[in-house]
This record gives sequence, structure tokens and C-alpha cells, in this order.
Amino acid sequence: MGVTLSERAAKHVANFIAKRGKGVGVRIGVKTSGCSGMSYKLEFADEAAPEDIVFESHGVKVLVDPKSLPYIEGTELDYAREGLNEGFKFNNPNVKDQCGCGESFNV
Amino acid sequence: MALLQISEPGLSAAPHQHRLAVGIDLGTTNSLVATVRNGIAVVLQDEVGRSLLPSIVRYKADGGVDVGYAAQGAQALDPRNTIVSVKRFMGRGLKDVSHIESMPYDFLDAEGMVRLRTIAGVKSPVEVSAEILKVLRERAEASLGGELTGAVITVPAYFDDAQRQATKDAAKLSGLNVLRLLNEPTAAAIAYGLDNASEGVYAVFDLGGGTFDISILKLSRGVFEVLATNGDASLGGDDFDQRVYCWMLDEAKIRFPSVEDTRRLLMKAREAKEMLTGHDVAPVHAELASGETVDLTLKIDTFADITKNLISKTLGPTRKALRDAGLTVNDVRGVVMVGGATRMPQVQRAVAEYFKQEPLTNLDPEKVVALGAAMQANVLAGNRAGADDWLLLDVIPLSLGMETMGGLVEKVIPRNSTIPVAKAQDFTTFKDGQTAMSFHIVQGERELVADCRSLAKFELRGIPPMVAGAARIRVTFQVDADGLLSVSAREMTSGVEASITVKPSYGLTDDEIAGMLKDSMEHVGDDVQARNLREQQVEAGRLIEAVEAAIAEDGRLLRSGERADIEEEIAALRKRIAGTDHRAIKAGIDSLNAATQDFAARRMDQSVKRALTGHKVIELKL
Repeated sequence: MGVTLSERAAKHVANFIAKRGKGVGVRIGVKTSGCSGMSYKLEFADEAAPEDIVFESHGVKVLVDPKSLPYIEGTELDYAREGLNEGFKFNNPNVKDQCGCGESFNV
Repeated sequence: MALLQISEPGLSAAPHQHRLAVGIDLGTTNSLVATVRNGIAVVLQDEVGRSLLPSIVRYKADGGVDVGYAAQGAQALDPRNTIVSVKRFMGRGLKDVSHIESMPYDFLDAEGMVRLRTIAGVKSPVEVSAEILKVLRERAEASLGGELTGAVITVPAYFDDAQRQATKDAAKLSGLNVLRLLNEPTAAAIAYGLDNASEGVYAVFDLGGGTFDISILKLSRGVFEVLATNGDASLGGDDFDQRVYCWMLDEAKIRFPSVEDTRRLLMKAREAKEMLTGHDVAPVHAELASGETVDLTLKIDTFADITKNLISKTLGPTRKALRDAGLTVNDVRGVVMVGGATRMPQVQRAVAEYFKQEPLTNLDPEKVVALGAAMQANVLAGNRAGADDWLLLDVIPLSLGMETMGGLVEKVIPRNSTIPVAKAQDFTTFKDGQTAMSFHIVQGERELVADCRSLAKFELRGIPPMVAGAARIRVTFQVDADGLLSVSAREMTSGVEASITVKPSYGLTDDEIAGMLKDSMEHVGDDVQARNLREQQVEAGRLIEAVEAAIAEDGRLLRSGERADIEEEIAALRKRIAGTDHRAIKAGIDSLNAATQDFAARRMDQSVKRALTGHKVIELKL
């Protein structure tokens, strides 16, 4: 299980990190905030913290802090295009309900 | 669900609080919008993948507005209502716009800025620009999936206060929050990372569709100083198309082509030009309305040959800019190429030859300004950690000052001061009992008001009556980060205040700015002369006034013959004031001072006596 990246998402992450010039991978987590209780954290990771749980998919490291993991266990991060907009999308099986835009959620 | 972007470590936004910021290159020919996404600056494209938006707006009879390619198509059919290159009119009065007679528009002179009469009513350049910005804003919001926090909009380095204000107004009108106006060459330098890389002098060579600008920038500790700008407001890639077009007419022996054929051939000319960027020959094939076909081959050497003098037209201003900056090509650490026309190999070659180094070309020259603006917007919106070392400072292009007695300029903020900046200077009253003071704010490098540009006037009233020189009026000039000026005046003893935000009535033309800078260098000697003269004239006038007032009051203290002597001195000094020799006036002042010395001493004695026996005097007077 763990947290994975779709092939498309991995390709984009690798590309962004290469262009950014630094970073060991991508950090995924949750924060308690937002209209439905929790929201996602999606950041470049410059270094791994000792407690981090590290997954690897399609050659890209995904860092998750242990506290966040239960809420996103099994999540696949995908990269999607909707009209002119494009970006990352969380497919998280733990979500019970989410706010209209999906930026914050509840488990 | 929402589509997310990767943030910098620790900077994930709270839901619904993404700080979406864009950079906009509002160009004369084309405009672009860019943003920083997943840590990388990218230009945002429209639905069919086009990055550029032609800066063309067409007003239609039904009240609708076409912007960009849709408007471009109608240019030949509906020239009067299809506004191209509106940037040339921003913040300009009718008399500031050059070649107005050859433009197809129905101009209307109006207070402050020229207006255009279209089928949809009278439009100001600000409104026209706002239509372009609106399309870019909508594109950005569709691409980023939310409302924008703000935008950085670029302007030419030589844009004056009026043009900057007009640009800002257009942004507001289009619903954009302006984070900052940024100089175009500065934006290009940022895109190349020069802001954190290095100190030194850089040249930004910007050959766009219809304009050429050269800027000499000096970078030091994150401060971008514009040392000099120059250019040609009617030279660009379109002129190269025109040359190829003329060559085609010549080669194919076409005379008097129809409007339709002209358009078709110009398009082919442009295609051939673009092909020669990567190839040595370009085939030209066109079918005319008459059914005739044109089959030609344009060789790169021929192309270089027919456009040679266009290239040399860029080098003249370049040379001048370097000279104005007081530098030589050896002082230039790097050359940044901006504008689609700099893709042409012969342009790059000429620049490399002139500067004796290869110019920077690895970023797309058409996008580099928008990318730099996006990077700056990203910092200003707070999306970047350690933004402190990204603090970017621009400078004001021309000195700001005030008119003082005798039509002299007192510079309050010198040219190339980094902005934002605030400076205060104390002024005083010139006459006894003066209760009002008018302020005339000017921009320019020369010593005399008549040679500078008038920006605004305002008045401070309600100064308590005092003797000349006793009032203390503090005038504060404040230039915000966008280069816009506000001035306030405050009488320090009474606290009366007046202020103005400078929305100057007319802008300066590029040539005027260039000319004013040049003049100031050429006329340094003259100006010092003129300043000395005016100062002495003012001083002499003041002295005569004081002496005459004294005679009127205490004339009885004059000894016989003394009055005649003094009056003679005054008449002589008056004559000298009318002349141009400041030394002669100074001598006259000294001489009048000497002639009145005894008289002044007696007056002094008398007032001391009066003070000592004050009561009596008052009683006597009563």
C-alpha cells in the first residue's frame, strides 16, 4: 500500500525537480485546516526527516510523515488536465466527504 | 477536485488561499501572461496552445469586443475600430503621439490623454489596454483554477509617471490587483537569474514587433539601476517582413498589388523570415488573387543583404546608450536578448560582434519579460521562502524636483534613486506676510523649469503671516514601488497641509526623455551658467525690494546726497539684472550693499533705541 504516484504524475514531479535544480523528492501530507477539517500538503522536499516514511514510485521518492500516513494510506497522486488548468490530483480512498472543490476533506 | 501545484517546502497554502500571481508583459505588438507553477516560470497558453495574444482590440457595432487573433483578422476590413499598438498612446496627449496623421483612427484630443472615437463610443487608451488585460486575466484564472491574488505588469524603462499611471489604471479597470510595475529590461534580467548571480553592467537588447529598446542596467546587491535607455519607436520585426515583401515585389515584378495580395505576400514574407532562422534558404510560394503564382527562393545571404541597414539602425541607439551611461562595450558583462526579432541569426551576429561576446539567447526571447515578471509576482505574493534575498529594487528614470524662485529647479529626488523612496526638503516664504505658496513639480535633469517636464501644480494656503524666510514648509516627495509620485507640503509651525498624487496631464515621449537626458549632459556648462545668473537675479531683486522698503520706512534717516547715491546704485543694478552676466550682477549687489551700509547701521541703531525705550515709541506712535 503506502502512497504512490501515477506514471504521469511521477514524470511531472521528476521534471519539476530537475528544473528547480534541487530536491530529493516530493512531500505529501495533511494539515488540519480548511472547511472540511483537513487539507493536503504538497511540497518539494529538500531533505528527508529521520521519521519520514519514504515510498518510491516510477523512480521518484515520496516522503510522508508518520502522522499524516493514516489519512492518506493508499492514495495515488495523479496529474490531470482540466481545460486550461493542470495540476496534481489526490485519489484518496480514506476520504468520506470533501468540500465542493475538494481542497479540504474529512476521513 | 481541485488540481494542486507543488509548493516550496513549508509553504503549502491553506485551502482556498492559494496565492495565484501572474506576470504580464503588456507589449506594443503582443502580450503574454506567465506564472510560476510547481516552482517553474511558465507562459500560460490559450485553448489552442498559443502563448502570444496580439495586442489588438476591435470594437464591434453590436457592442462586442474582439481581442487578439480575432481582432487581428479584421484589421484590414475595419481599421478604424481595430486598435493596434495602443501602448503608444498610453498616458499621451494628442501632440505627444508621433505619426498620428498616418493612423486610421478618429482621434479626439482630451484632457490628459488622447481618446479614440470608435463604433462603440469614445475609448481611452486605458480602456483599450484594459480589454487586453482582461483577456489575459481570464486566461490566467482558467489556467490556475482560481481568482488571482495579483499581477506584476511590465513597462518600458523609459515610461514616465503618466504612462505608468495609465498602465496601472488599465490593470485596475480589468480587475487586476497590481503587485508592482516592473521595468521590462529588469524583468528580462530576472528571468536570466542575473539578480542573484552577479554584479555588473548588463545590456538588454529588445527588438520586438514594432519597437526597439536598448537598456543599460547596472546590478548591485539586488538593485537594478537603469543607466541609460535608447531605442527606435518605429523599428522592429515588421520592418524585416516589409523588406522581404519589397524584395518579392521586385523579383516577381508585381506592381500595385491589391490589399488582399499585400496581406498574403506579407504573411509569406514573415514565414520566409522565420524559416531562415533555422535554414539557409526559404522557398516562397504564393498565389495571387489574379491566379498568378509567385515562386521564389530567398537565400539567407540575400536576406542579410536587404536587411543590413535595419540592423545598423539598432546599433546607433545602442552606441548612444552606452555613451550616455559613460561606458564602453568592455564594461558590459552580458547582453540579454528580448523580442522575437532577436531570433534572426544576423541580429545575433551583429550584437555579438558589437559587444564582442555571445548574447544570452537560451530563453525564448518573446517570453523572457513575462517569465521574469511572473517570478517577481511569485515572490511578491509570498510564495517563495527566503524572499529577502530576492528583494528587487528599481530606480526612477528622471529626477523629480520643484520650481523655486526664478524658474530654477530644486531637485528633491535625483535620477536613479532606488524606489520606493521618500525625501523631504524644507522651503520658506519669499515675501513678508506671504500666506500661500504654490508648488510646481517637474521631472527632468536640467536646471531650469522651462527645460524640464511639468508634472503637477498645487497650492498650500493658510500659512500664518510671517516675515520672509521665517515660515518652514516641509515638502515631502514620495515615490512608491511602482514609480508613482505623491507630494505633500506642510507648514511646520502651524501644521497646515496640502498634498497631491501626481497624475500628470501629459506624458513625455521617448524621444523627449532621451533628448532631455542628452541635453542635460550637453548643457551642464550652460545650466550652471543659467543657474548662477538666475540666483544672482533673484538675490538682486530681493535686495532692491528690501532697500526700497527701508527707504520708504526710514527715509528720514538718509543723509543728504545718500538717497541719490543709493537710487543710482539701484538703477544700475536693475540694468544689470536685465543682462546675462551673473558676475556683473554680483558686483552690483556688493556695490549696493556697500552704499547702504551706513544707512542700515543707522536703522539698526534706531530700532535698538526703540526697543530700549519701547513704551515711549509706542505711546508716541499712538
